[in-house]
Amino acid sequence: MPHFLLLVARDVRLASRQGGASGLVVIFFVLSVTLFPLGVGPDTEILTRIASGVIWVSALLASMISLDRLFQADFEDGSLDLIALSPLPLEMTVLAKSLAHWLTTGLPLIVVSPVLAILLSLDGSGYLALVAAMILGTPTLSLVGGIGAALTVGLRRGGVLLSLLVLPLYIPILIFGVGAVEGAISGLGARPHLLVLAGLFLGAVVLAPVASAAALRLNLE
Amino acid sequence: MNLHKFANPARFVRYSTAVFPWLAGATAALLGVGLIWGLLIAPADYQQGETVRIMYVHVPSAWMAMFIYGVMAVASAVGLIWRHPLADLTAKASAPIGAGFTAVALVTGSLWGQPTWGTWWVWDARLTSFLILLFLYLGYMALWQAFEDPRRGARAAAILALVGFINVPIIKFSVDWWNTLHQTASISSFQGPTIHISILIPLLIMGLGFTTYYFTVLIMRVQREILSRKIRSLRLFQVQPGDGRVEATPQRG
Repeated sequence: MPHFLLLVARDVRLASRQGGASGLVVIFFVLSVTLFPLGVGPDTEILTRIASGVIWVSALLASMISLDRLFQADFEDGSLDLIALSPLPLEMTVLAKSLAHWLTTGLPLIVVSPVLAILLSLDGSGYLALVAAMILGTPTLSLVGGIGAALTVGLRRGGVLLSLLVLPLYIPILIFGVGAVEGAISGLGARPHLLVLAGLFLGAVVLAPVASAAALRLNLE
Repeated sequence: MNLHKFANPARFVRYSTAVFPWLAGATAALLGVGLIWGLLIAPADYQQGETVRIMYVHVPSAWMAMFIYGVMAVASAVGLIWRHPLADLTAKASAPIGAGFTAVALVTGSLWGQPTWGTWWVWDARLTSFLILLFLYLGYMALWQAFEDPRRGARAAAILALVGFINVPIIKFSVDWWNTLHQTASISSFQGPTIHISILIPLLIMGLGFTTYYFTVLIMRVQREILSRKIRSLRLFQVQPGDGRVEATPQRG
């Protein structure tokens, strides 16, 4: 366990000292949300209707573009080999790095998303569901994205490939994340969607590190 | 029967070459009969008229698209667990065929949707999940191509195929649910009559024909893969250490 926490602390410290990488992700998130009113027009009714979807899609993209940080830098300078040799199982290493990725990208996104919801004039009853859905959904993004990041870690054209691999796998989180907000607004209740999101998260915690670790082993050979 | 016997590439080439003409013949016969029956003899639908004949290509393609993804996942698991090179090659060779069938199913569905639903595309659960299936196929193929060492590419692609296999039901289920929340009107008009036997028989013949077509092309592609691997290793073998020649031939994984 100390290894696990040390690894999380190391990754968070690296991210915070690398010129505010979390800040860049948040800026990307805000910027991509800003593009939608410019694209579809400033009509408040339309924006209210699409607010939850826009925020979720932007969160997906923001989480995805930061995935290359997960293993790439450590792979390039060789520290990933050393980390793989440590007593910590590779699956736990992946889990620790995914947790660090979520702390540095997912968490800031959750903090910013209510502000963006105000900008897009989301219906008042949807805020709580939006934050709850993002708390349950964004860790799954980091975990599932980790599989893609691990598969493409040694590749030169990894970035574009990564999006092709990861985005289809993100679709369920998008659907249920938006569903939770829509459910809360329409009065049907966000609970079933949140439960599914929680289920997806628990499944991803168990299965995603196994797949990511298998992919990392392959790329570390 | 010992399956390991068939995992030997040389033996596979021998057996598959023997089976190949029969499979190809069966494909030609089944597709010929199925197409003529489906396009000319089978009755037109009382609602949809002649456009219903698109079904004889559309439905079997959709079946094959899903079937081939299953084959790919099983072959990937076998390749990952027992490291059978033939399983890897089967998975690799299946992907473009599966992607092709998925694309055919989408395009014919779109062509069918225009006259019957009045639109080329609706964001219906089934259409959407097929579009995602196409992207899964494309991602799988792109990952294979991204690796220079085919053995590593095989394992990476196998991991992706298995992850996708676990995810496909989840994606399908979530997309289904997404659709029921936003029900589109066009779906309810699709409550056609239950399939009549005069339509069902040519449809099944076409399905069988598509299946034999898949195996025919699969044998061709796997044999080609085996040959190109042989050529690759022969080329590598040719370069003796220290004779000063540099391997300059491009290699594809």
